[in-house]
Amino acid sequence: MGEMSEFPLSVRLFLKAYRWRRVDPVPWTRLSKPLAECRLGLISSAGFVGPGDAPFDASVRGGDPSFRAISGDIDVSRLREHHRSESFDHQGMAADPNLAFPIDRLRELVNRGRIGSLNVRHLSFMGSITATGRFQRDVVPEAARLFEVDGVDVALLVPV
Amino acid sequence: MAAELERRGIATVVINLLRFVAERVRPPRALFVPFRHGYPLGRPNDPRQQHTVIEAALSLLENEALAPPALVDYAGS
Repeated sequence: MGEMSEFPLSVRLFLKAYRWRRVDPVPWTRLSKPLAECRLGLISSAGFVGPGDAPFDASVRGGDPSFRAISGDIDVSRLREHHRSESFDHQGMAADPNLAFPIDRLRELVNRGRIGSLNVRHLSFMGSITATGRFQRDVVPEAARLFEVDGVDVALLVPV
Repeated sequence: MAAELERRGIATVVINLLRFVAERVRPPRALFVPFRHGYPLGRPNDPRQQHTVIEAALSLLENEALAPPALVDYAGS
């Protein structure tokens, strides 16, 4: 189960005590056209990087807040995972990157006409970020701007 | 991240692994799945199940009856 019981006590205590940022009010955009006409962007926090990209830096205090733009035509077998957390099992993603970066699944949905198209790039973060100030202030707006200028209609965010 | 995208006119849906976090953070649309960390879409090399999870997430985008923050439990296994 993806709840607290899978973690050691120290991690559970941290998660419970962490001051999660509450979004208030909650912004909301409705679909303006059918999903079959929408361009979808994928956002992953599994720490994947594409070939030639710098790995996420595990030594950054508070977690590396940067992101990587993954090309929309990526061969998923060429992704490399650099998530710093040792609190979960990474073997599933190693065996099948689509488990956390489902680009092939999304391509299949485009082929079936379920989704209109996929964006030319997708975003990859390293999800273990505890110092969120600079992330929220500097990185999030830049990442969102990329999707905005690309004309992305909908975004699927997948954790790890 | 989801909130910033929504402010810019991009509809979002988040896969969620820790329900209490979604209850506190309040993403606009979240699908809570009963999978362990590292396995957000269920099982590796199981496209059928991965599609089932993704479809459940996409359906939140199409559900006009939802209002933010919408936290929905995945009904599959």
